[in-house]
Amino acid sequence: MIAALNWVMLLLAISAGTGLLFSQDWRWSLGLLAVQYLAVFWMVQAHWPVSMAATKLVTGWMACAILGIAQLNAGEEGKTENTWLQGRLFNIFAAGMVLAATFALSLRVETWLGLSLPVAWGGLLLIGLGLLHLGITSDSFQVIIGLLTVLAGFEILYAAVESSALVAALLAVVNLGLALAGAYFMNVAQEKTS
Amino acid sequence: MSAPFLWIFLPLILAGLLLFLNNQKVIFVVACLFTLFLSIAAWLLPVDTALTIGGLTFKLAPSFEILGRNLTLTSANRSFLALIYGSAFFWFVPTASLQIARRLIPLGLAITSLLVAALAVEPFLYAALIIEVAVLLSIPLLTSPGQKPGKGIIRYLIFQTLAVPFILFSGWLLTGIGANPGNLVNVQQAAIFLGLGFAFLLAIFPFYTWIPLLAEEAHPYLVGFLLWMLPTVTLFYGLGFLDSYSWLRDASFLGTFLTLAGALMVVTGGLLAAFQRHLGRIMGYAIIVETGFSLLALSLGSLTGLNIFLLLLIPRTISLCIWALTLSILRGQAPGLSLKDVKGLGHVWPFATSGLVVANLALAGMPLLAGFPAHQAVWEGLARNSLSVAFWVLLGSLGLFASAVRVLAALTAAPERTPWGTRETRTQRFLLVIGLLGLFLLGLFPQWALPLWTKLPAIFVHLGQ
Repeated sequence: MIAALNWVMLLLAISAGTGLLFSQDWRWSLGLLAVQYLAVFWMVQAHWPVSMAATKLVTGWMACAILGIAQLNAGEEGKTENTWLQGRLFNIFAAGMVLAATFALSLRVETWLGLSLPVAWGGLLLIGLGLLHLGITSDSFQVIIGLLTVLAGFEILYAAVESSALVAALLAVVNLGLALAGAYFMNVAQEKTS
Repeated sequence: MSAPFLWIFLPLILAGLLLFLNNQKVIFVVACLFTLFLSIAAWLLPVDTALTIGGLTFKLAPSFEILGRNLTLTSANRSFLALIYGSAFFWFVPTASLQIARRLIPLGLAITSLLVAALAVEPFLYAALIIEVAVLLSIPLLTSPGQKPGKGIIRYLIFQTLAVPFILFSGWLLTGIGANPGNLVNVQQAAIFLGLGFAFLLAIFPFYTWIPLLAEEAHPYLVGFLLWMLPTVTLFYGLGFLDSYSWLRDASFLGTFLTLAGALMVVTGGLLAAFQRHLGRIMGYAIIVETGFSLLALSLGSLTGLNIFLLLLIPRTISLCIWALTLSILRGQAPGLSLKDVKGLGHVWPFATSGLVVANLALAGMPLLAGFPAHQAVWEGLARNSLSVAFWVLLGSLGLFASAVRVLAALTAAPERTPWGTRETRTQRFLLVIGLLGLFLLGLFPQWALPLWTKLPAIFVHLGQ
């Protein structure tokens, strides 16, 4: 049952991570990010107690809330960076490459870190998709989403080897700090020079 | 009371309180007195030894427990604390004359205390996360209200964040190597992860592109402070790795890697500086060159390399502080900091011009200036190992020297019969003269920095012997 749920969560991570690459609407992006954190929580709880793994979910959703509020304050702007066909085709191709590459890598990481295949693949996939996201955007909101995705993937893998409360707390601070930095980026342009 | 409480939590609490104050003068006075006190306390107060002052006995405990882990500052760390808080004091002093005390000091103090915490945390691998928190705190410092965040700050955030996973994973691998030192695959993996982590964190070639961009976009004084503080603490953090793991210290590839990375940074940074048309970007490239020199000093190995690395610190602090101060002064008088914008300003801003050019020359390793003794020691050490590397490194320094000449030419290129004058405020003139005197005196008498220089290696149990 749990093994099956791991695969379900992997599918969720794939859908959310890939969806983030295509999403142009911040509401969709934040919704997908929230779903992604649900998958992260599930994969982390394979190695951590549920109470500690829940910090990932809470922190992730708090980050989504911070970014959402900042977007509401910043107002809406059209942020299309490229034409529909160009962007979509490239993203589909690149995401496919990331899927294939991370699957191949996860077969080795599985034994190296002592993880189950869906968890190893999920972690690597989020890192890969996050890096891809960072590579194709220069918009500060999208960059923060990319960084949060990379960190989420890393946290899945790192949970297998480290269970320190201090590390969990510091990673939560870093995640929230990134979201706050994103919120600051979105609103700083509107601040009046004092 | 514990030493971590005095040198980490107290400054952090004060930084939080200063954020709520509006009066620049109060912030300035409180922060300067406090950092000076912390620096003197680090110099004078022993840790873990009972002290009696006026019938009152107290002892600074070395450790502070937090979430099952320890923050530890021992007596060996005192010279480092004196250096960090002393430097913070020197960086905070000119803020009053630039009207940026409120912007720099609260966040600057918080960043300083977090970076001290990074070096105090045990196990020290977790420091990467604390450094990342300091990086996140620096974001408001580097963006100006009313301006969209530029490419430099975005790249800075990305690169510094990407360092975290690499360093944390390398930490896990290093623990494995401790248990099984013969496993060569583990050693290779750990070395790759560690190398990549530090390449991102220290902005080692080719990951330094954000430095000139950031130096062009943000306030030069704030960039100067941050680009002094972050690489310095990160380099000490890196030395902590070398000190802790004998296999890494003795690895044959370490010297080659440090020489290659350092030389590439000096050569590319120096040569690119010579062709820049923006004063902020030139400072950015000079910082890259300086990080390169630090790596080259460490590549020389043994206690000599460590001593040269430490010898570079004080001249770098003074030079960068003056450089950033002069750029901030000129920035307020010109539409921008490109050579075209500042053309001829030397006639009415002679102190700022002198400070800018002399600071640039000091970092280029010009004889008689503070940077020369340490740079000369690096060149000499490199020449003993490889003449070609020494030649390329010298070429990089020449690039930085050429940039100083170009800047001087632009600043003094005013139409004929332009009257000379001095528009700097009295405080700015005083600070610049003191700084310039410091650069000349440390060039002539480098042994004056000896008290700090001789105590600093004690931080490292193995490297310092």
